[in-house]
Amino acid sequence: MTDASLHPSRALATATADRARALARHRIPDAVFAALTRAAALAVLVMLGGVIVSLARGAWPAFSAFGLDFLTTSTWNPVKERFGALAPIYGTVVTSLIAMLIAVPVGLGIAVFLTELCPRPLRRPIGIAVELLAGIPSIIYGVWGLFVLAPFLQETVQPALIATLGRAPLIGPLFEGPPYGIGLLTASLILAVMVLPFITSVSRDVFETVPPMLKESAYGLGCTTWEVVRRVVLPYTRAGVIGGVMLGLGRALGETMAVTFVIGNAHKIQASLLAPATTISASIANEFTEAVGDLYTASLIALGLILFVITFVVLAAARLMLMQLERRQGA
Amino acid sequence: MTVPALPEKITVRDLRFHYGASLALKGVSLPLHERRVTAFIGPSGCGKSTLLRVLNRMYDLYPGQRAEGEVLLDGHNILGRDVDVNLLRARVGMVFQKPTPFPMSIYDNIAFGVRLYEDLPRAEMDARVEAALRGAALWDEVKDKLGASGLSLSGGQQQRLCIARSVAVQPEVILLDEPCSALDPISTAKVEELIDELKERYTIAIVTHNMQQAARVSDFTAFMYLGELIEFGDTSTIFTAPRHKATQDYITGRFG
Repeated sequence: MTDASLHPSRALATATADRARALARHRIPDAVFAALTRAAALAVLVMLGGVIVSLARGAWPAFSAFGLDFLTTSTWNPVKERFGALAPIYGTVVTSLIAMLIAVPVGLGIAVFLTELCPRPLRRPIGIAVELLAGIPSIIYGVWGLFVLAPFLQETVQPALIATLGRAPLIGPLFEGPPYGIGLLTASLILAVMVLPFITSVSRDVFETVPPMLKESAYGLGCTTWEVVRRVVLPYTRAGVIGGVMLGLGRALGETMAVTFVIGNAHKIQASLLAPATTISASIANEFTEAVGDLYTASLIALGLILFVITFVVLAAARLMLMQLERRQGA
Repeated sequence: MTVPALPEKITVRDLRFHYGASLALKGVSLPLHERRVTAFIGPSGCGKSTLLRVLNRMYDLYPGQRAEGEVLLDGHNILGRDVDVNLLRARVGMVFQKPTPFPMSIYDNIAFGVRLYEDLPRAEMDARVEAALRGAALWDEVKDKLGASGLSLSGGQQQRLCIARSVAVQPEVILLDEPCSALDPISTAKVEELIDELKERYTIAIVTHNMQQAARVSDFTAFMYLGELIEFGDTSTIFTAPRHKATQDYITGRFG
């Protein structure tokens, strides 16, 4: 008989002590690890705060000079140093809205096709192609938009729009005027292509999280694919899909390079979608190098602050909407 | 005295089923008698769930799966190309292993299936929803919160909601694929009571791993093993005097 079996309690005590010592060795690395992750998380808050503070300080001269007029007027006159942000705000919001109007249905359509309908051999090629779209640098979209898309729109699509929709009642003014090629509509189209991959890949990924059994239950009642998607898959994945759409919208609101190429850079608000306009980010990118004078620089920084606020409000609104939906759902 | 032969609601003849290259059912033939409960038992992977998924052609959703042979529903082969699978699934309802309430209210969970086929006025729809929930012994528990999400119910209630949902579209056959495997004993007892009531109106097929459950709820039992039907007969006969040794070993718990 061994010593351990003669004194079971002593052996047990030794084993416990051994384990305690082994665990103690982990204590310091654990504490270091916890501190590191906490520091990383706090760094995000510090950076966000820093951006807000510096934007607000930089923008202060513009706001104190123009007050609320900065938000409600569209004059942009560097010579007389009169600045109003309404035109770029309008351009930003309208291009993003039109882009989402196009990209959301198309993106969801692609995602539904890929997850529910696509023959297996086609699934990967199409999925990879969509992801490649997201990988194309925005300057390439810009160059392509300026040299390929804009002339094409100018020569074929826009004259047709002017001749048809331009004469329609109510929406006529949206499609009037000469076909410039560059302008709000062109920028919106480019944006739509650019945000498409975000919406598609996020919604495809969340569509794939729907339990097969849940879909089978709906098919089991005799639902068609459309009914399953509309009544089961979309409601089930609502939060994820809205997240993907918001990711796309965030990108559309802030996209700079491609839009700068094709929007025409005109500080004007015009009814026609075919007319040149500008967005916040395009104005900043175009004018920062030539901004002489403190007020000009401050006005551009103020534009940046406004874009920051718009993005923040959009994201907050999305959160709020989701929370309300969830409350109504009761789950 | 001769007992009149029971009418066959579904007749399975020499059914073979392929998952890609592998053969999951190797020529199965058996009847499902009208307004009777037929239980399918056998160890995991024996093909009993597969058989159930053939009866409403759920396998159609997945490329690479195919069935050969004949499955006659009221004398018509449902494996044919020209069969409207949506209509077939309305006639042959299914309840799954885990409760799968749709992401909508309790009321809509029931009304959803009905709306696919019928455009009922509000009052009639209310009546149909109530009847389905009563039929599933769930009405008293949910009548004050029909607008709440189906997901807010307990597991057992969710499963009865799913049964109510299939009953509401007025099918002829109900397929139950291990309907109690995720439920506690009390919920299980309620579902079993429910099956007893449902068989007055519907033909029922149930897959179960629970021998006692098969013995309690079914009129006929089919024992399957490795893709083949080993024995089919009266539940009392199968459980008291099985002809095959494999059946006896399985129901007495010696393997499986």
